[in-house]
Amino acid sequence: MATNRFALECHGLSKRFAGLEAVKNVTLQIAPGERRGIIGPNGAGKTTLFRLISGEFPVTSGTVRLFDQDVTRVPCHRRTHMGLGRTFQITNLFPTMTILDNLVVAAMGQRGMKFSMLRPLSTYRDLYQQAEQVLENVGMTERRGEIVKNLSHGEQRQIEISLALISNPKVLLLDEPTAGLSPAESTMMTEILKKLDSSMTILIIEHDMDVAFQVADRITVLHLGCLFAEGTPSEVRNNSRVQDIYFGAEERPC
Amino acid sequence: MLERLQPRGWMMVGIAVAAIFLLVGPLTLPTYVVILLTQSLIYAIVAMSLDILIGYTGLGSLGHAAFFAIGAYTTAIFITRSHVSFTGTLFLSIIAAAGASAIIGPLALRAAGVYFLMITLAIAMCIWGLAYRWVSLTGGDNGITGILRPDLGLPWTMKDPIHFYYLVLVFFLVCFILMFLLIRSPFGKTLVGIRDSESRMRVLGYNIFLHKYLAFVIAGAFAGVSGCLYVYYNSFVSPNEANLGHCMELVLMVTIGGPGTLVGPTFGAFIVVFLKNMVSVYTKRWLMVLALVYVVTALYAPDGITGLLKRLQTRRKLT
Amino acid sequence: MEFWVNQTFNGLSYAALLFLLGGGFTLIFGVMKIANIAHGSFYLVGGYVGYTVSSLTGNFYLALLVACIVITLMGMVMERLFLHNLGGQDLRQMLITMGIALFLQDLCLLIWGGNPLNLSIPSYLAGSLRVGKYYLPALRIFMIISAALLFALLYWFQEKTKVGAMVRASVDNMEMSEVLGINVPLVTLGVFGLGALLAGFGGVVGSAFMGIYPGLDFELLPLAFVVVIIGGMGSLQGALVGSIIVGLVDNFGKALFPELSYFTLFAPMAIILALRPTGLFGKG
Repeated sequence: MATNRFALECHGLSKRFAGLEAVKNVTLQIAPGERRGIIGPNGAGKTTLFRLISGEFPVTSGTVRLFDQDVTRVPCHRRTHMGLGRTFQITNLFPTMTILDNLVVAAMGQRGMKFSMLRPLSTYRDLYQQAEQVLENVGMTERRGEIVKNLSHGEQRQIEISLALISNPKVLLLDEPTAGLSPAESTMMTEILKKLDSSMTILIIEHDMDVAFQVADRITVLHLGCLFAEGTPSEVRNNSRVQDIYFGAEERPC
Repeated sequence: MLERLQPRGWMMVGIAVAAIFLLVGPLTLPTYVVILLTQSLIYAIVAMSLDILIGYTGLGSLGHAAFFAIGAYTTAIFITRSHVSFTGTLFLSIIAAAGASAIIGPLALRAAGVYFLMITLAIAMCIWGLAYRWVSLTGGDNGITGILRPDLGLPWTMKDPIHFYYLVLVFFLVCFILMFLLIRSPFGKTLVGIRDSESRMRVLGYNIFLHKYLAFVIAGAFAGVSGCLYVYYNSFVSPNEANLGHCMELVLMVTIGGPGTLVGPTFGAFIVVFLKNMVSVYTKRWLMVLALVYVVTALYAPDGITGLLKRLQTRRKLT
Repeated sequence: MEFWVNQTFNGLSYAALLFLLGGGFTLIFGVMKIANIAHGSFYLVGGYVGYTVSSLTGNFYLALLVACIVITLMGMVMERLFLHNLGGQDLRQMLITMGIALFLQDLCLLIWGGNPLNLSIPSYLAGSLRVGKYYLPALRIFMIISAALLFALLYWFQEKTKVGAMVRASVDNMEMSEVLGINVPLVTLGVFGLGALLAGFGGVVGSAFMGIYPGLDFELLPLAFVVVIIGGMGSLQGALVGSIIVGLVDNFGKALFPELSYFTLFAPMAIILALRPTGLFGKG
């Protein structure tokens, strides 16, 4: 009998920080290939939720399952090997390295040769080819030698996503990919997101509602750490309670 | 044509000049200079190994002198008690220093940032204390004396300072090449990635702890080499090799030369060794001079000399 | 039985000294995240200044007072001139404090010479007090009592006063404290001075207890480190507990396993690092 295998599942996920419950009893089920938007006002616990899923923070209670395997106690780097990828809300590149080197290090993350200690990195041509391919996709081929901290914010956001994509993750966590982008840059980013591999499962945190509603198949709304509402983009858009929490109406969700 | 040379070019010229100087200089220089050059090369090895931690991995290890001391004592103990050969003591020193790093690493790496600085220093102090109080093994405060230069079966005796200098130079070059390859290797790049952003490395699939641990042990091994050579150089070892002053001096060597460059800490070693030895000829207050060097370096040149040169290069690019 | 009582008492009196050294260090570290390598120098200079005052006036308590004032001022000047603008740059801070430590060490050598000196104490502190069948040296009792009193005073100050609350807030979150209107530069200046004061007090008492000589600053500093690592950085209670542990372990270690005694300090430190890296009372 075929099981309805979810790409990502969270059951009763909670995270407590010395007196503050940042995430309260959140349950999510994401199907393979689904695009799930995570929205909610500030302090809703969205990034904390991502950190629990990626393994950067240990959970206080609850479980995380990746392709039906319990990864709750699995360390962060191992989850990446199981197909998880993540971008950061605040751009998190390797500031002293060139664009090319950033991509090479990203491509190397799941390869055994990262422990090679005597042979020069530059001799691993396939890694560099992978990086060059990505550079071409984002149109930065001639700029490969530039140090990333000298790029514009929009360009850095592009590299931010490229780093996560270069190893073909099966589940991608995008944390506010359009953060700090101009409207024109946001539109470009949205196009990139819509064109991502349809077999990839994507969770996207967004503050920009237009982006979230365009990219996502389903939306989950978080409020003060709890799961507040869930549905299709139009259902959520028309949900008056959701509108209320954004306008600061006092709602005790859980 | 000389005016066209950028500061980067000048650095290359400087390195070439230094290389030639190191290769043929000793044949014409006075003996005491050759002796200081030998000491500088020995410390350059351990300074470079510390640079792998501080400059490349971002691990501010303040206790590195402890592994130098472990290497030194291992050689001293085995040579005075069991008359082990030169290669034997070298091998044992590397094992001892790397082994100690392997045991201490998992404990020290539980911390990060300033905590790591303090813990590594505290651990080094425990090693100092061990050397100081375990009198039956280490001779305590009196240390171990009477280590003779190795008999390598070569036509040149190592008792001659110039011959011993060239032996040390060979070791320095080998260590330099090995560490240079390490820095250029994939593993070396992962260390820089960890220094730049651990959180990014983690989600890219890197086992941060494992990489740091390996770097820690490798750096310890090179410190062991340096310690072994030091004992043959000095014919004497005491607990002071692991004291607070020596721990900080290694950090000063790395900082003054420029962390993250390998060549910088080599220059740093030469600078500190020569400074300490020459200044004391002119004044009793050489500690104060050293103090001034610490403060000035920290305040005005935290990237060291290579950092200053790089900043000069950028400024020239802008004008 | 006598052995255990004596060793425990000795360990506690040593702990008193360590608390004075470690308490100041942990306060400075807690608020400013600076590992002050010159902390041993505060102890050293305090001891030497106390010695001079005591030799000139014959008054032990005056020596204590003057030394404390001098060291507090020295600490505050150091913070303002060198450390104030280097927040968060750990290696640079340590290099600067190392430079200052070397400078002070050589200055002390220049002024007071290389021979060990002993601070003279009032005669009633030089004798022993009879407690039951044990004779306990009065100076050691003085050390334990003064350290305990200082701890109680500091603890009350930290927990019960408004200024103490400001210090606690700065330890927890410096940026937030600044936003809330707390004069953080004044707090850091005050805390640095306070930390120095404790060390200076310890220096005077210590030089009466075990003499003072060049190099003592660097010998004692690692012990302060171990106290703070075990007790937890930034915690006064941690410094107290940590110094008691270190004092007892070091003392019993020296008595029972003299050759491994410094190393026996490593054991509690290793246990703490393995189980609770931030120390017994540490935060974060």
